[in-house]
Amino acid sequence: MEANTLNELKKFALDIRIETLNMISKHGFGHMGGSLSVADAIAVLYGNQMKYDPQNPKWDGRDYLVLSKGHCGPALYSALAIKGFFPREELLTINKLGTRLPSHVDKNLTPGIDMTAGSLGQGVSCALGMALGLKLQNKPNMVYAIIGDGEAQEGQVWETMLIAPNKGVKNFIVMLDNNKQQLDEFTNHISSLGDVRQKAEDFGWYALTVNGHDPNAIDEAIEKCKAADKPGFINMETVKGKGWQAKECVLNNHALRGPAFAGVDEVIENFRKELAAMQ
Amino acid sequence: MIKLVKEKIKDIELTKAYSEQLIALAKENAMIVDLEADVGNCIFGPEFQKVFPERYLDLGICEQSLSSISAGISAVGMIPFCHTFAVFASRRMCDQNYISCAYAKNNVKIVGSAPGISSGENGGTHHANEDIALMRPITDITIMEPADSAAMRWAVRKAAATFGVFYIRAERYGQEKLYEDDSEFEIGKANVLREGNDVTIIAEGNLMIKASLDAAEILAGKGVSACVIDIFTIKPIDAEMIVKSAKETGAIVTVENHSITGGLGSAVAEVLCESFCGVPMKRIGIPNRFGEVAQPEELQKVMHMTPEDITEAAMSVIAGKK
Repeated sequence: MEANTLNELKKFALDIRIETLNMISKHGFGHMGGSLSVADAIAVLYGNQMKYDPQNPKWDGRDYLVLSKGHCGPALYSALAIKGFFPREELLTINKLGTRLPSHVDKNLTPGIDMTAGSLGQGVSCALGMALGLKLQNKPNMVYAIIGDGEAQEGQVWETMLIAPNKGVKNFIVMLDNNKQQLDEFTNHISSLGDVRQKAEDFGWYALTVNGHDPNAIDEAIEKCKAADKPGFINMETVKGKGWQAKECVLNNHALRGPAFAGVDEVIENFRKELAAMQ
Repeated sequence: MIKLVKEKIKDIELTKAYSEQLIALAKENAMIVDLEADVGNCIFGPEFQKVFPERYLDLGICEQSLSSISAGISAVGMIPFCHTFAVFASRRMCDQNYISCAYAKNNVKIVGSAPGISSGENGGTHHANEDIALMRPITDITIMEPADSAAMRWAVRKAAATFGVFYIRAERYGQEKLYEDDSEFEIGKANVLREGNDVTIIAEGNLMIKASLDAAEILAGKGVSACVIDIFTIKPIDAEMIVKSAKETGAIVTVENHSITGGLGSAVAEVLCESFCGVPMKRIGIPNRFGEVAQPEELQKVMHMTPEDITEAAMSVIAGKK
């Protein structure tokens, strides 16, 4: 990847983190941890990989993303606003009555959202349906699904893992935001996924593990998956709450409310300075 | 406009009518897809597969995915008909039907076969006695129970042509034909199968409509004139017809191959209560009791769903008129 592209992706990811923290802290509630851990993957998808048209969100040549860990809508909304699907100011309407930006992604409300998700395990399964439907129509569009490691405890995820290779879909990449934490606890303390990359490979996927905060590594992994003769699975090793150091890898960083946002203004300010320095 | 069949003609299996119609539609429309979860053989799936091998997706035993994958397929413009036994299509797929299909406003046609006691020897684990109760609160869903092959063919065509989530309840066995093949039905419109003045029997599904028509014959022998209605769509329900017949006959019996809780009987009672036209009413259907292995006709006796039970309920509501 060229240095300039990498720099742009890093700036994009930083901008996503700024907008995410700004919108949820101003509202006083939001899913912080997973939104920050997935920010780099979303930056790569919307910054260098996916085909889309912000002026025509339903363009039939677009690639599709299903944010199966639907509660991390804030990160995706930030990316969509930055790319011009809707005005940035609208981000501040999150979770307010009548908003187009609900906690969990909704394809009928938000320009650029292709599938409703929120009941974990279902989004990735819907995404497989989209990939199958596009394959049946001989269309070249890619379908990406982002799942969480907590979400991967849902049985329906493993139905998808079994079905996709068996049905020969190649236009399908599942990206696991493996941030090692779920709402209650550290994932390993509840029900470990074990060697999830190996599991995916055993299920018949082309499977890789990458640093989920390295845009270059994520981008290369996507390229390799696209070239493979199987559906692709990218285990992204990430940190829940990435970027807000006080909230990284600590309990209760899943969703924040009210006083739990103490210190966020300073974090946002530091991000803004960092972004300005990169211009 | 529906046209009633005048003479007694044995109907074909409703699952066969479903399969034939789906194949015919798929020939006209390249977007029709048939999805199964390893019970496709029970609804003549292989016949679809023979004609359209690519558009026949047997996903294996994974009902949750059956629902969500169908939702995804519809989101890229195709029209999925996904089938499994009614027991799995409702209880097992409940949240997926709700979120992936209905809440997400996807265009999915869910088909549940062998509902209620019609799954007979498969026993209590396989008796879908509450599928309607689970589906009915889902916003914007359309629930149809075609009672003969003509109604089934119309239901499949209508579901394919109308955007939204449909649940088609498909009893496996055919009884007698009720409607001429060129009948035109309507969503939300019940059909009067037999006129009558003393009591209205509102029924659903071919098994219980057959029992209701037999009951009307027994009642006729007792000098009682019973009106028999095929409700056809349980949601939206034909409130106008229910109120009209309550006012005309002053007594109602509902008859369903489903639990008396949450199904047709409950839906009719809701209409009557909110229309301020309470009349004596009784519900025939599966009582507060699990299913068990037996032939459907044996279960009909055990569950008090025979023509004689319907007759007794009719006499009771007639006696209850003021």
